[in-house]
Amino acid sequence: MKLIIAIIQPYKLEEVKKELYKAEVNLMTVSEVLGHGRQKGVTEVYRGVKETGNLLRKIRLEIAVNDDFVKKTVDAIISGARTGETGDGKIFVLDLPECIRIRTGETGKEAIG
Amino acid sequence: MINSGDTAFVLFSAALVLLMTPGLAFFYGGMVRRKNVLGVLMQCFIIMCVLSLQWVLFGYSLAFSPGNSFIGSLDWIGLKSVGLEPYADYAATIPHQAFMIFQAMFAVITPALIIGAFAERMKFSAFLLVTILWATFVYDPIAHMVWGVGGWMRNFGALDFAGGTVVHINAGVAALVSAVFLGKRLNVGHAVPPHNLPFTVLGAGLLWFGWFGFNAGSALGANGIAVNAFVVTNTAAAAAGITWAVIDWLKNGKPTMFGTITGAVAGLVAITPAAGFVGVIPAILIGIGVSCICFVMVTAVKIKFGYDDSLDAFGVHGIGGIFGALATGLFANKLINPAGADGLFLGNPKLFLIQTGAVLVTIVYSLIVTVTIFKVVDFFVGLRVEEKEELIGLDLSQHKEAAYTVLE
Repeated sequence: MKLIIAIIQPYKLEEVKKELYKAEVNLMTVSEVLGHGRQKGVTEVYRGVKETGNLLRKIRLEIAVNDDFVKKTVDAIISGARTGETGDGKIFVLDLPECIRIRTGETGKEAIG
Repeated sequence: MINSGDTAFVLFSAALVLLMTPGLAFFYGGMVRRKNVLGVLMQCFIIMCVLSLQWVLFGYSLAFSPGNSFIGSLDWIGLKSVGLEPYADYAATIPHQAFMIFQAMFAVITPALIIGAFAERMKFSAFLLVTILWATFVYDPIAHMVWGVGGWMRNFGALDFAGGTVVHINAGVAALVSAVFLGKRLNVGHAVPPHNLPFTVLGAGLLWFGWFGFNAGSALGANGIAVNAFVVTNTAAAAAGITWAVIDWLKNGKPTMFGTITGAVAGLVAITPAAGFVGVIPAILIGIGVSCICFVMVTAVKIKFGYDDSLDAFGVHGIGGIFGALATGLFANKLINPAGADGLFLGNPKLFLIQTGAVLVTIVYSLIVTVTIFKVVDFFVGLRVEEKEELIGLDLSQHKEAAYTVLE
C-alpha cells in the first residue's frame, strides 16, 4: 500500500479530479495549503503596495492506494496538473504500513478501496 | 414651493437607495465562489462611481430633460439648468437637484443588477464599457420613455410606480442576454454552493431596508402614497419570503435560508411597479405569486434551457419585474391613488393591455440594444476572461487581490 501526496495548483484541481475519476480513483482527501517551491509568487497589490514572495496557495491531495493503483494515480495527477511551468507541483509516494476502516474494523487491502 | 418635509424625505430615500448597491454587492458576493467575491464587489462599487458621474454629466439630461418621445435632449448636460428650485413636472415640492440625485441612485443600481448574470467570467475592462454603453443607450432612453416629460409610455398611461419596467425588466432582459452571450462558466454544474451565505443574507437585508427608499421615496413626498408604498413593500416581501420557504419545505423537505431571502427579494421586485397603486391584500397575492413563478424559473426553466444566469438576475429580477408590471394592471386601484388607474379586477381591462404593451416594448428594446452593445464590446475588447484567469478567479486575475487568507 502507498500513500500518495500531491501538491498542485488550486486552479488545476477540477482537471485532476476528472483525470482521477477516469482512472477509477474515487477516494481522496483534499485540503488547501500554503507552500513555497521554486515558483515566484503571484504579485498581489494592496492599496498600491506590492506583496511578493508570499507563500503560495496550493492544493494538497492525499490518496491511499494498493500497489497496482500507484502508477495509474500518479499518471492521472500528472495529466491533470501539468502545464509545463514552474509551480505545477510535486507528487510524493510514501509506503503505507497499515490502513483501517473505522466502520468495519477491516484492515489492509480491503480497507483502502 | 419647496416643502422641507418632502425634501428631507427624498434626500433620505436617495441615501437608502444608494445603500442597495453595496447591499446587492453582498447579496451577489456571497453567492459566488470565494475566488470571485472581490470581482463582484468591485463591479458593484465601481458602478457607484462611474454611473454617479455619467448621471450628472449627461445621463440625467438624456433621461429626464424634455426631448422627444424616446429620449431627452442634451440641454441639461452637466446639470445645466438643473437647480435648487423645483421642477414641477417631476416634483413640485422639492429642489430639482433632489429629484435628480434620487434618480441617480436608480441609474446606479440598475446596471448593477445585471452583474448577477455574467458573474465569475467577465473581463473587467469589457464590463466597464458595457456598463457605460448600457446606461447611456438602454437605461436612459427607457427611463425617458416611461418617466420623462414627453416620454411616450408615460403619455400612453403605463403605470410604473418605482421602476418595475425601467429597472427590473430592463436589467433582467439584459441579464438574460449577457448570460447567453458569455456562455457557461467553466467546470460549473447547475448548483454552485454560495461561498458565504451569511453575506447573501446580509445583502438581502440591506436590499429590503433600502427598498423603502426605492418605493416609498418614489412618491417624491412625505405623504400618504409614500406610506402606502412603504406598507405594501414590506407586506409583499414578507409574503414572498414565506412562500418560497414553504415551497422549499414541501418540495425539498426543509425550508432554506437561501430560498427565503430569494423569495423576499422577488417580492420586493414584484411590488415595485405596483407600490403606489395597490393595497395590502393585492400585495400579499403579488408576493405569493411571484415566489411561485420565480421558483419555477430558477429551478426548472433555467436548467431546461441551459443558460448560465449565475446568480439568477433574469430569473428573479426579469421575471419578478414582468410579473409585477402585469399584476399592477390587475390590481391597481384609484382609491389608493387617484393619479393612477383602476386595474382589470376593478373592471378596467384597458390598463392590463397597456401594462402588457409597456412590458413587451421594454423587453424588445432592451433585448435589441443590449445584444448590439455586447457584440460591439466583444468585437473590440472581448467579453470573457482567459480560461486560466477564470480558473484562478477574478479576484487575483482582474484585481491582484485575494479576499481571504489561508492562515492568519
